[in-house]
Amino acid sequence: MASSVASLHRARYNLQAQHGYRRMFLTPAESEALFLSLRISFVAVFGALPVAFAAALLLARTRFPGKTLVDGLIHVPLVLPPVAIGFLLLMALGTRGALGGWLLHSLGIRFVFSWTGAALASAIITFPFQVRAIRLSLEAIDRGLSQAAQTLGAGWWDRLFNVTLPLALPGIAAGVITAFAASLGEFGAIITFVSNIPGETRTLPLAIYTALQAPGGEEQAMRLSLLSILLALIFMTLAEIVQRRARS
Amino acid sequence: MSVEISLQHDFPGFALDLAFALPKPGVTALFGASGAGKTTIVNAIAGTFRPRRGRIVINGRVVLDTEAGIFVPPAQRRAGYVFQDARLFPHMSVEDNLLFGWRRAPAKASAEDIAGVIALLGLGRLLHRRPRALSGGEKGRVALGRALLSSPEILLLDEPLASLDAQRRAEILPYLERLRDEASLPMLLVSHALEEVARLADDIVVVKGGRKAAEGSVFDVLTSLELATLAGAPPVGAVIPATVAAQREDGLTALGFDGGTLYVTRLDLPLGAQLRLRIRAEEILLALEEPRGISANNVLPAKVVGIGNSDDVHADVQLACGATRLIARITRASAARLGLAPGKPVYAIVKSVTVGAMAASMPA
Repeated sequence: MASSVASLHRARYNLQAQHGYRRMFLTPAESEALFLSLRISFVAVFGALPVAFAAALLLARTRFPGKTLVDGLIHVPLVLPPVAIGFLLLMALGTRGALGGWLLHSLGIRFVFSWTGAALASAIITFPFQVRAIRLSLEAIDRGLSQAAQTLGAGWWDRLFNVTLPLALPGIAAGVITAFAASLGEFGAIITFVSNIPGETRTLPLAIYTALQAPGGEEQAMRLSLLSILLALIFMTLAEIVQRRARS
Repeated sequence: MSVEISLQHDFPGFALDLAFALPKPGVTALFGASGAGKTTIVNAIAGTFRPRRGRIVINGRVVLDTEAGIFVPPAQRRAGYVFQDARLFPHMSVEDNLLFGWRRAPAKASAEDIAGVIALLGLGRLLHRRPRALSGGEKGRVALGRALLSSPEILLLDEPLASLDAQRRAEILPYLERLRDEASLPMLLVSHALEEVARLADDIVVVKGGRKAAEGSVFDVLTSLELATLAGAPPVGAVIPATVAAQREDGLTALGFDGGTLYVTRLDLPLGAQLRLRIRAEEILLALEEPRGISANNVLPAKVVGIGNSDDVHADVQLACGATRLIARITRASAARLGLAPGKPVYAIVKSVTVGAMAASMPA
């Protein structure tokens, strides 16, 4: 789906090139920031989802020593300033950092100054939202259902995919939507870790910030802010619909 | 078709230590008060509870042997479990619920068997519904069907009627009776309701405080003096197999049993139909001489077998009426006044009889 977002972006760009951007609702720079925001959030949220589900399952279903510590660590991004997270990521994954250097030289992966780095930062920051929502829905599932499935011949993976996962779906959807919405607003960690590069890491919040740096940029900042409000409304409506469907 | 169970486990303030067997297809009741350890025993058979020591053999297959280090996980035990709260999967239709175990069974029931179970439990019109659209009784039937279609080697019924009101209970009981008579697998029925046990079970294992207090056929155990004192307050009484012997013109039906004949108000059953009669201990009066000028239709000559004290006021008198055992609950004062002692001939005046059908011999 990430590629389809990108191709949509390209198609739109071509259209604008042919007819001139004035006829379109958004300027090329604006739509660039919008689609970059969507792409980064999409990759961040769905990339983190399997890990978040595993973490939620661990916290909801098992007991182990140090569980409180793990629970706390997962929630650290909620209370830490995003700028600090961005800085720590830069230290660890910068090309001169130990891990970052190794990734670059042995695997050719570079996070700094790249949209993938922005996605990584967003994933870490929105991780607690996903874990929390999924964990709540897992804890709400009657454990007896899993036991019943067991006596009917279903093994661990069978129960996970055919009983637990479908029943946790409303929570997963709620977690994804919340995390996506939160990710769209991420600023501090992205600008610190991967900088503010147009077309690569300049998401909507960064574009608003950039507009405000230039004299007379208020109108531009206002347009981008209205766009952000529109996005927020869409996601709040989605969340509402999902919750209603889960309840019925 | 046999199941052997022996278990030992220590809980805080409670120890489980018992052994019993289900020697043949049919219903064995696991009877006892709440907290006696019944559900724990069933969970151990299903494999969802792992006892400290124990050995469980289902049809020759050892599924648990702590000494040999054998523990077959619940998913491979093929123990059909009907939970008290049904536990249907809320995200699946009734049909998918029914087929959940079937799809995972190593030896699948045929399409004919599936249709048979659906017909037996009256589920045909419910197949496309979701569990939340079902009544309590319907949920219970679906849970039963789901367990049956997983081709189990033993059926575990954990108080399948306890969460239902009297009306729903009456709705599902006939299905359980048909199941008992038509299915050829051992069934373990957990219950603390004597009426239910009397109606459904062939054998009974009485559990008290994690130990086995009595074991045997319902006909014997329910009329034993030990059970009368064990069970405490519940309605103690005899269960008697009987056959429709005659339909009389005065509106009574004569029911023959091993030891005499009982008359009840007209039952619309053919001659030869088999029934299970239940005579509660409070429903029997005792007399030393044959009473005359009495409205009761049923006066049975009997012999006192034993006397037990059920509480401070009452005594339970075990009677032999031919080969059939009855039990009567009278006051200790009456027992003393009549001078009752083992061997003494008496007349049992039966005030009322509860009739439960044996479905197999009834026309459908």
